Amino acid sequence: MPPNMSPKKVPIPEQKPDERIKNFQEVALGYTPEQAVQESLRCLQCKTRPCVAGCPVSVMIPEFIKKVSEGNFEEAYRLLAKENCLPAICGRVCPQETQCEILCVRGKKGEPVAIGRLERFVADYAMGHMPQEVPEIKKNGIQVAIAGGGPAGLTCAGELARMGYDVTIFEALHALGGVLMYGIPEFRLPKNLVAKEIANALSLGVKIEKNVIIGKSITVDELFQEGFQAVFIGCGAGLPSFLKIEGENLNGVYSANEFLTRANLMKAYDFPNVPTPVKIGKRVAVVGGGNVAMDAARTAKRLGAKEVYIVYRRSEAELPARAEEVHHAKEEGIIFKLLRNPVKILGKDGWVAGLECVEMELGEPDESGRRRPIEKKGSNFEFPVETVIIAIGGTPNPLIRQTTPGLEAQKWGGIIVDEATMKTSKEGVYAGGDIVTGAATVILAMGAGKKAAVAIHEALQKSHSQTTGA
Amino acid sequence: MYPILEKKKLNNNVEEMVILAPYVARHCEPGQFIILRVDAEGERIPLTIAEYNREKGSVSIIYQVAGFTTRKLSEKKVGDAIVDFVGPLGRPTELHPIKRVIGIGGGVGAAPLYPQLKKLSEMGTSVDVILGARSKDLIILEEKFSKFCKNVYVTTDDGSYGVKGLVTEKLKALVDAGEKYDEVIAIGPVIMMKFVSLLTQPWGLKTNVSLNPIMVDGTGMCGGCRVTVGGRTKFACVDGPDFDGHQVDYDELMRRQSMYKTEEAHSCKIGLRVD
Repeated sequence: MPPNMSPKKVPIPEQKPDERIKNFQEVALGYTPEQAVQESLRCLQCKTRPCVAGCPVSVMIPEFIKKVSEGNFEEAYRLLAKENCLPAICGRVCPQETQCEILCVRGKKGEPVAIGRLERFVADYAMGHMPQEVPEIKKNGIQVAIAGGGPAGLTCAGELARMGYDVTIFEALHALGGVLMYGIPEFRLPKNLVAKEIANALSLGVKIEKNVIIGKSITVDELFQEGFQAVFIGCGAGLPSFLKIEGENLNGVYSANEFLTRANLMKAYDFPNVPTPVKIGKRVAVVGGGNVAMDAARTAKRLGAKEVYIVYRRSEAELPARAEEVHHAKEEGIIFKLLRNPVKILGKDGWVAGLECVEMELGEPDESGRRRPIEKKGSNFEFPVETVIIAIGGTPNPLIRQTTPGLEAQKWGGIIVDEATMKTSKEGVYAGGDIVTGAATVILAMGAGKKAAVAIHEALQKSHSQTTGA
Repeated sequence: MYPILEKKKLNNNVEEMVILAPYVARHCEPGQFIILRVDAEGERIPLTIAEYNREKGSVSIIYQVAGFTTRKLSEKKVGDAIVDFVGPLGRPTELHPIKRVIGIGGGVGAAPLYPQLKKLSEMGTSVDVILGARSKDLIILEEKFSKFCKNVYVTTDDGSYGVKGLVTEKLKALVDAGEKYDEVIAIGPVIMMKFVSLLTQPWGLKTNVSLNPIMVDGTGMCGGCRVTVGGRTKFACVDGPDFDGHQVDYDELMRRQSMYKTEEAHSCKIGLRVD
């Protein structure tokens, strides 16, 4: 077939904004096979593979896209899944625009190849059409423990299991997936799909211990005593930050974590069919400008809020959220109050009644390279809201750090690792994902999990060949 | 799944269950709690650990059948299992041998008080306890406390058992009569902990309380359990649940506990609620 030289990506069908704000079903509906083939023909099959360099898990991008263009979706999946154990998830939530797609040659004159949409298509196709293929592996009987069943831990576990290790994942919550389950909403990442893809990734006999908190139920040192020979820590950055302003403990103020956990993991959108409720006012202010803020705002809209505001202290150009999320939020009627910073949450009878903000302007760039927001003196103003959701990030959970002697951490709580191997200061202990980097992306966590798996394998092979004299 | 090994009624609406949960039993200490879900679509509710047996790997919980989820829990029988049971959560109570302590347990608050006082007694501390409730049938664990407590005082609102009146009146009477205590541990309804703390503050009598705010995960992730202690926001799940009673903003806590009042029938406001 001739290459598709259209400067634009094949558009992906989506639910219309006025319809989708009334439901929790997925916004983007995915390519049809015809659309996928059309889009795959935009790939120039560059010999230099610039896109692959942008992928934290090195997916064989041109190769799987080639198979799509040939209509061989099953082979496309095999190539894709070789490097990425959670492709249906990554196809949906990876920031491709700053990773693989930004390096795409087609992007120089027009839009890059829609690598993310193709990844999603192939993974969804496989989930719907292909029987699960469980490769034959030779178990080596060596036990490895994974603390935390989020993207980093799942990837590390999947990779090690493929190499023959006896892997056990310890998860604090009642469901695997971490942020994929409790954080990212159903309309962006359906939970049954997450569960299926996780089950698939762990099909090589990974043991799962839910409701176990490393550092509380059992310590890292005890894991070694029980026979585990390496431990990977991927517990995320789940401790929510607050603004530390007056009124933050009023009823009606949520951390984004709590709000989204209630809505996603506990399915509060279905209350009273489920027992966990969530409170939502007519008017909701979400403080923050990242993907989590967009998720919270769009969830609030779907829960029935009439007016939902994003309050962010810098300007649109600095919004950390993906452009696609900002675009979807705007389509859904989310109101952006940019260059505004909350200074006080106003209350009435113990409940949130409004938000007092101050206007900001941008000054010189700060250490993050973004222009520093500066308060405009005397520009304070108030507006009425009943719910305030704080989505300004979080810090690593301190439980493991506090209970693991010899594990060094940064002042802000991140575990210190050697970036090439994800090895920590403690023998046999590796770490990766948000607990190392602070809040980042699913795919970076997966990349870290994969890197750690390789390093764990190398270290254990070495020590075993020494002990056996082989 | 976590099998139910034993179950018994302590009074008309308070029950005790012993659950097989080795990962909780291996490290739990007095003052810590668990979170459970009764079934696959259930909500997460926190409950304090009343007793534990490390050899058997079992943990005992005491709960008042008060809301949607505790009713569901109450429907389970010995031999059944509950789907999720995670812990131990929270910091253990900082217990060190002191000369003399008095515990105050309001209603089902006697349950988390029990392991704390028992451990203090084992450390050589002389222990008294005041158990308070609305009426006689709501007093629990009296016999267990009497095994190691020097004095067990009972107060009821209606005078159906013990002394008619509030636990604070009894405490004041004891102190007025010259009894000397080094510390008070008060666990029960927030309003009770508030008034015990108000009473002991002018005496400079150290008072420890155990808080039970609304929470989801119990590991510091949701922040729903924030309480103001000494003017600072704390997460009860990871910084507590025990705090210096003289520093707690009880009015804020009561307000926050009522956040889902309109969803009462299905409320996730559990813990050690004593109505």
